[in-house]
Amino acid sequence: MITSIRGQSLLSLNEISREAILEVLNTAESFVEVNRRTIKKVPALKGRVVASLFFEESTRTRLSFETAAKRLSADVLSLAVASSSVKKGESLRDTIATIDALGIDAVVLRHRSSGAALQVSRYVPHVRVINAGDGQHQHPTQGLLDAFTIRQVLSERRGTTGLESGGELFEGLRILIVGDIRHSRVARSDIAAYSTLGAEVRVCAPGTLLPDDIERWPVTVATNFDESLEWADVVGLLRLQAERGSGAFVPSLDEFTFTHGLTVERFARMRPETLIMHPGPMNRGVEVDSRVVDAPAAIVEQQVANGVPIRMAVLYLSVAGSGESL
Amino acid sequence: MSIVLRQGLIIGPTSSVIGDVLILDGVIAEVGATVDAPSDAFEVDARDCWVGPGFVDLHTHLREPGREAAETIESGARAGALGGYCALVAMPNTEPCLDNVATVSYVLARGATTPLDICVAGAITQGRRGEALAPMAEMAALGARLFTVDGIGVQDPSALRRALLYADPLGVRLAQHCEDERLADGGTMNEGALSGRLGLTGRPALAEELMVMRDIELVRATGAAMHFLHLSTARSVDLVVAARAQGLRVTFEIAPHHFTLDEQCCEGFDPAFKVHPPLRTKDDVAALVGALRRGDVDAVATDHAPHAPELKDLPFDEAPAGMLGLEHAASLTYEALGGAQCDPAVFFHVLSRGPSAIAQLRREDAPPRHSAHGGAVVAGEDANLTVFSPSTRWSVDRSTLTSRSMNTPYDGRELLGRVRATIAKGRLVVDQGVLT
Repeated sequence: MITSIRGQSLLSLNEISREAILEVLNTAESFVEVNRRTIKKVPALKGRVVASLFFEESTRTRLSFETAAKRLSADVLSLAVASSSVKKGESLRDTIATIDALGIDAVVLRHRSSGAALQVSRYVPHVRVINAGDGQHQHPTQGLLDAFTIRQVLSERRGTTGLESGGELFEGLRILIVGDIRHSRVARSDIAAYSTLGAEVRVCAPGTLLPDDIERWPVTVATNFDESLEWADVVGLLRLQAERGSGAFVPSLDEFTFTHGLTVERFARMRPETLIMHPGPMNRGVEVDSRVVDAPAAIVEQQVANGVPIRMAVLYLSVAGSGESL
Repeated sequence: MSIVLRQGLIIGPTSSVIGDVLILDGVIAEVGATVDAPSDAFEVDARDCWVGPGFVDLHTHLREPGREAAETIESGARAGALGGYCALVAMPNTEPCLDNVATVSYVLARGATTPLDICVAGAITQGRRGEALAPMAEMAALGARLFTVDGIGVQDPSALRRALLYADPLGVRLAQHCEDERLADGGTMNEGALSGRLGLTGRPALAEELMVMRDIELVRATGAAMHFLHLSTARSVDLVVAARAQGLRVTFEIAPHHFTLDEQCCEGFDPAFKVHPPLRTKDDVAALVGALRRGDVDAVATDHAPHAPELKDLPFDEAPAGMLGLEHAASLTYEALGGAQCDPAVFFHVLSRGPSAIAQLRREDAPPRHSAHGGAVVAGEDANLTVFSPSTRWSVDRSTLTSRSMNTPYDGRELLGRVRATIAKGRLVVDQGVLT
């Protein structure tokens, strides 16, 4: 169990304590303020080198991490996969060794294989590894920024701040996660973060999109989607990959919308204060109707905005470690 | 060359006795409480050791031809000798594969230059594609007695039925890797308690069990014989044991990794623990150990599957499946049989007598150019013998293994019981735990 990510790699939210999560969230609060300044930069990681290695297509996560690193004044080495030797058959281990030889403090890694971040952390134990999504396993900064966003919005509603709220408002909070849980690293990280913080988590999905070991997860499985929508304080939607809806896992995208899409009709029956979240990129008209996304209850843009301060907090704690002040 | 094994516990199928074994000209010449040996005989101190028929591995991937960086017939034979093996059955999934007279002859010829008997399991179908039959009669004439497309099983039930009907009159036996590949769905570890949390696609136990059920029925329908390779679940073993009790001509093997390691090993995403069929649950491990101790198991087979280091350095889902086995199988089997409580007759049954019968290597059925294996330790038998020290402790160090590869899942593990000496084809190949 990791009790603080100071000086540590961040590979997963499975083995991480409530205190460690709150430490990241609280650190991120101070970076929100930095992002509102005219000069959006602090010298916290000046002289440090962060390598951004994305072996899988990604725009938003990559931009978010690189923005975060630059706002901390770190130097960013960015490996463009299309032009790298990976395409020439170089192994992950050799690529990492090559980047490491340039002198780096941290690696932000996105990879299509589950477990890749953990493997890289074994190859270069002296380098901090930040998992930016590994296969269907984990996407820890997404889980952290989702928890951060929930705390931020609910605190504002209560006329207080996230920092003052601490972790209290997660106690008994009803969170429903809907859609392709089976193939989602976001669902795995969200569920770990929410349940560690004390929330009550339900999942709802077609039977084919639930993981095989769901009965061992800290969640309850709901079969009645409409009833669960009324139950929830927060609804987290997940992206349905088009290929999953081509007859392999569900008969069609249209049928998925029929059974598990957040349609205008379903939205109308929800409690107005219920928050709607989505990690993006969204399939408007599949898992969620366009008009629902644009309603005030949907906080998708806050999630994106909070990606930067959360990743600043993670990089700062992980790379600067202990004993250094902002 | 004459060799005398002094004062070992000579293990017979039903009783054991301390005594000497004299080997002259590749044959056991005399067995007795004490025997007179020629003055130039090489003496092996077998005190506190078990002396029994040499081990036979039904399931060795020797990688030659095609992937000599991982293993060669020569390096695999040396690793086998250290593990107490006197005969290895080479699996046909080489490049090119062993589906014709030319490649089978090549492996047999190379094998003949090693200290062990290298036998060949030929491919059932051309190119191991599971479709058109390979020339099994021609390969059988060279000495092949087992046929398989191991790596994956024959998926098409029609192709398998035809193969059973064709093979049976030739006096050879098909060996199936039972996993329905569609249900296994490209999975990389056991489907169950951990696969979902790790985000790894699972290979369900059901993929193996359904194919075991199907193949038992094909055996029933055709009356042919079949050997089930590396059964890994409690249910698979129950199914085959029940079919055997009904009189069907079925045999099965289990692999040491399936009765010593469980799916939890995959938690760190270390490809050293990736294997097909995958490491299963703790309950399956316990069931396999139970079957072993009850004497239900026909053979322990290694599924020795060397892979070059760079291939096991890949992400878990990209790395090839398979792990080393030859050099630690006997120790792991001894431990699973209860260590100090291990029944030596069962030990030599699963490592020697059982597999010798399945591979048709006993004196009455040994193919041309192979010596006889799995017989009693009596005068007149070919001298294929293993001397095993039950009390020796040793640690597995992947960097000092004799195999060309290092992909053992047991690196750093301390094991009880070790092969002291191996006499293969009448020659002392291993003495005091090292190659001579």
